[in-house]
Amino acid sequence: MALAMSAASGVNAHYHLVVFNIGRTVAALDSAQLRDFMDGLDPINALAEQAPGFVWRYVAEGTNNATAARPMDDDIIVNFGVWDSREHLWDFVYRSRHLDFLRRRRDWFQHLDEPFLVLWWVPADHIPSTDEAVAKLEHLRRNGPSAEAFSFREPFDPPSGSPTASSAAALEA
Amino acid sequence: MQDLEAIALLQDSARRSLYEYVIAAGHEVSRNEAAAAVGLQRTLAAFHLDRLAGAGLLEVAYRRLSSRSGPGAGRPAKLYRRAAIERAVAVPPREYAQAANVLAAAIERAGAEAVLYDAAREEGIALGRAIARPGDGGAISELARQLTERGYEPYTDGATVRLRNCPFHSVAQQFPVVACGMNLALLDGMLAGAELAEGHEARLQPRPGECCVALISKTNTD
Repeated sequence: MALAMSAASGVNAHYHLVVFNIGRTVAALDSAQLRDFMDGLDPINALAEQAPGFVWRYVAEGTNNATAARPMDDDIIVNFGVWDSREHLWDFVYRSRHLDFLRRRRDWFQHLDEPFLVLWWVPADHIPSTDEAVAKLEHLRRNGPSAEAFSFREPFDPPSGSPTASSAAALEA
Repeated sequence: MQDLEAIALLQDSARRSLYEYVIAAGHEVSRNEAAAAVGLQRTLAAFHLDRLAGAGLLEVAYRRLSSRSGPGAGRPAKLYRRAAIERAVAVPPREYAQAANVLAAAIERAGAEAVLYDAAREEGIALGRAIARPGDGGAISELARQLTERGYEPYTDGATVRLRNCPFHSVAQQFPVVACGMNLALLDGMLAGAELAEGHEARLQPRPGECCVALISKTNTD
């Protein structure tokens, strides 16, 4: 029964799914335009942490969220986390109060012509670095969706079996 | 052809009553419950329910209804619920779902969600006006009736109206923000057009397996 349940929720014991997305803000983080976004961060992050399948989220040093990190550009902020399955991540992103937050993204973020969200699988004990995340987004932008880096709309399954030394090495490359 | 054959099964009035009862129930339905609800003999109801399941219109689950277990607990009951799969027949052939996906992709690529939401709200207002009575506005029950006709399968949860079915399900799976935002604006417009916006507001409150929009009562704090 436990097996059937984990199959239904897409949970894989060996691999976790990383989500990294970026946004170019329309104004400074402390501006009136961004106030609802900034006020929403703590409750939305708390919602994520309580959601089924949540594993980890990136927080900039000395803060409670990711907004201080600028790995790509001065006005690009990031969101970065690890979940145990695409289904659980999907349910949080699109089937929770987060959806209404997402609906308002045009109030806070500029429209980007390139992909701004990337997903990829990592061994369950791996916590990805920001450099790895930026490289994955650039990989998706250059090559389109693949098992290396993909999107919600064109998902890929995790590798079968447990991670081997070679796949862990490939990850570092 | 599978879709046509499945839908043709609903031509039989007993089968259609059973199907409509199961999809509106909001829980898995036993043969006894379904038979009693539509006034059919149990074996006949079971026959029709299995035909509907065989055609993929309903799904089957087995569960013990009593809390007893072990010898003497009896066999698990056969329960029915609406199938997740969509069936559609259009004559002559139409591919609106595909068109909707392409349009949604274009809106997302252009970042034109705000324009879409405005257009959806205007459409909703026009639909809602048909419900509004001169002077005192419409009634939420009349709006719920309209939503039933449009396939939302509304039900009341306290003073809140929730929607069991998403009429835009396939595009909402592909483009959730675009489709759910459009749906929210459409229903918000319907409330405004029906002059019901003082009592209820449309809000995104996604729940698994349901439409993402709920019409929340402004007077009751639930």
